[in-house]
Amino acid sequence: MTTTSPNSVLSGYRVIELASERCALAGKLMADMGAEVIVVEPPEGCKTRLWEPFADDVTDPENSLHWWHYNTSKKSVALDLDTDTDAQQFRSLIMTADVVIEAEPPGRLEALALDWEQFREINSELIWTSVTHHGRDGTDPPATDLTLLAEGGPAWSCGYDDHEIPPVRGGGNQAFHTACHYAVPSILAALMWREDSGRGQLIDVSLLNSSNATTEFATLWWLNGERQVERQTGRHALPTMTEWTQIQCADGRWFNTGVPPRNKREFQALRSWIEQLDLTKECPAYEILKLGDQFERIGLLELDEDPLAGEVFQAGRDAIEFLGQHLKAYDLFVGLQQRGMACGIVYSPDEMIEDPHFVERGFPQEILYETRNASHIHPGAPYRFSKTPWSTTRAPQLGEHQALLEDLA
Amino acid sequence: MTDQTPQALNKVRICDFTGQLAGAGATKILAAFGAEVIRVEDPVHRGKWDILRGVPPWVGDARGLEAGGAFNNHNAGKLGVTLNLRDVRAKELLRELVAVSDAVTENFAAGVMERLGFGYEDLRQIREDIVYVSNNGFGATGPYTSFKSWGPIAQAVSGLTYTSGLPDLPPAGWGYSFMDHTGGYYMATAVLMALLHRRRTGEGQWVDLACIEAAGTLNGVATLDATVNQRSMRRQGMPNSNRSQSPRMAPHGIWPTEGHDNWIAIAVRDDREWKILSEIIGETWSRDDRWTRLETRLHDEDELERLLTTWTVNQNRHELAQELIDAGVPAAPVLKPQERIEFDQRTSELWVTVEHTEAGQSKVEGLPVRMSETPWSITRGAACLGEHNQYVFGEILGLGNAEIETLAEEGVI
Repeated sequence: MTTTSPNSVLSGYRVIELASERCALAGKLMADMGAEVIVVEPPEGCKTRLWEPFADDVTDPENSLHWWHYNTSKKSVALDLDTDTDAQQFRSLIMTADVVIEAEPPGRLEALALDWEQFREINSELIWTSVTHHGRDGTDPPATDLTLLAEGGPAWSCGYDDHEIPPVRGGGNQAFHTACHYAVPSILAALMWREDSGRGQLIDVSLLNSSNATTEFATLWWLNGERQVERQTGRHALPTMTEWTQIQCADGRWFNTGVPPRNKREFQALRSWIEQLDLTKECPAYEILKLGDQFERIGLLELDEDPLAGEVFQAGRDAIEFLGQHLKAYDLFVGLQQRGMACGIVYSPDEMIEDPHFVERGFPQEILYETRNASHIHPGAPYRFSKTPWSTTRAPQLGEHQALLEDLA
Repeated sequence: MTDQTPQALNKVRICDFTGQLAGAGATKILAAFGAEVIRVEDPVHRGKWDILRGVPPWVGDARGLEAGGAFNNHNAGKLGVTLNLRDVRAKELLRELVAVSDAVTENFAAGVMERLGFGYEDLRQIREDIVYVSNNGFGATGPYTSFKSWGPIAQAVSGLTYTSGLPDLPPAGWGYSFMDHTGGYYMATAVLMALLHRRRTGEGQWVDLACIEAAGTLNGVATLDATVNQRSMRRQGMPNSNRSQSPRMAPHGIWPTEGHDNWIAIAVRDDREWKILSEIIGETWSRDDRWTRLETRLHDEDELERLLTTWTVNQNRHELAQELIDAGVPAAPVLKPQERIEFDQRTSELWVTVEHTEAGQSKVEGLPVRMSETPWSITRGAACLGEHNQYVFGEILGLGNAEIETLAEEGVI
């Protein structure tokens, strides 16, 4: 089954994915690194093909941008698993597979006699991956990305200082992503072990636990001291309220001030920048910044103990806020970073992909849509491998690769 | 679990310089899969390059360098050694360690490993087929290579902060370092892919992981809407991440319920589910025909949400969520940390007890995955500073006890 081609990491591995928004990213991550990922859709197509937005706003199963994003580099076959003929073709397909990825409701495939149990003996090298709500032995409550992030923990930590405003779901389907982010390394570890043992196995990924394992301090403060974190605008939820880290700049864009300046070098850099901008008279913090020369580094404990340290520390924060009132967010970002201070502009995703740094690194990825006589920019590689680079092609049309089923007969 | 239970990565050894969560989280996963992860720390700064070492929240009643709860969580299952890389003898030991390791992992700022004399080309001189994975915010090339980053900055620059929020308010962002967790997932994936490639071809390589690029892949649909349709996320009424744009659903959001800071998430996926919800609500407004179709619910979504709030605010979030789920409508209470960790039985296998040499027993996060043949295992807490010097320098590298003692006395390890 495994043939080795040096050009991409996963070439030679065949992955069968049952189309679902819950596990689509796992298949994509493997396909973009060279695995042959065959996504099995129902005859009418995966339901995500009908999800907005559509290219050119034309509703069509081949135009869904959701489908385009999550199914790059895959092949598509259409099978109706409820019919005997197609179920038999599916069985034949699984017999050629190294990996299966599915997110069906527990029990559905078992009822069709198309589950792990039916294949484990006859394809003993098969790695079968189930992504379920909370385990293959669990129930399957109706759930979406939103409800998973609510019961899984992330939503509790996200939102605003004002707790009359609801907690916020982070955008972008991150509950599904996170389960896929655990599925893929698990599959890779299983492939490593299979290389030695010749044996496959069953991987059972819990969506609920994936989110539960991805809340950082909400869990850590509970496990270590039983303290509950409280959500805070644009910064870490913690048991106590902290100072702002997000400001609005002169062009209206938001900005993350990051780690506040704490040492002499940083206070000096802020001062000289304010001087260069000829804003010393307008900046109330400017004079206090001069006192920063006395501090090699202000420790967090000193803030409480030394009133001057506290004043200088605050002046550093005030100076950044002041600069934000006079500069565009991008100029503040580059200017502070070039002066050694960690901070970040709040980009929208489409702005990030146009930033000169990521353009120079080749992050925006042009993908050819010969069907449309056009190319479109996609987000590029999440990592760059020096010998076996990521590469990607457009998502398949429904049943575009149906012919490969003929080879199985 | 018995000693006979195989582990997927039991032949893999990682020479690990990672810290914080974005790096340490990656090698924690590899250790749980059975890799021997040898974490290298600086004895001069007592490992404090990792800002989570020796800071709250504390493990139980313990305090000090070895008692940081986050550090213990992110480094569970790894070994710990010290090397003072200012000393040529420590560099020589590191060369010997790299020579018997399969991968080197680090999340320093770009360029630090080169300055230490252990950049990729140096590592290749030591071991031609080494796998080297570097992980930082902006990556190893490009105009911002010297820029610094941590979770919230990666989230800000990548678009993750922007896409988490409600209209006419500042970005809510992520109330934690989502991208440190997720950067760690991508790093673990990168190490495993590179190791698998080496296993199949004998070829090692360098993986340059920029956390912000990994993050930049996580809002793909919104990105494509801009690149294909020229419709930027920066527009009136957006973002509104409690609503659902892909697919369109309404109502879809988080609503107040009875009690202090209690909330329920409800997602109505189609007209049929709205009918179910409207009957459960059972009020005149909810039975109004105008709401029966998605188009109208989307058109007057603000009004619908206001009406829905007047009803949810008197409901018990647990009872209501159960009623909706039983009726087939996606719903869940927004669970607070204690509720999901202590009361939600479906998560119980995630929290595992580890033994830390100094701080004693504590609970840490496990992996949300079951593997039938090679289950993950986490039993030991983070290593104390230099806890495994004897094992690594003695048993693996073959130094004698006297030699190790001398190196320790002279500040080399």
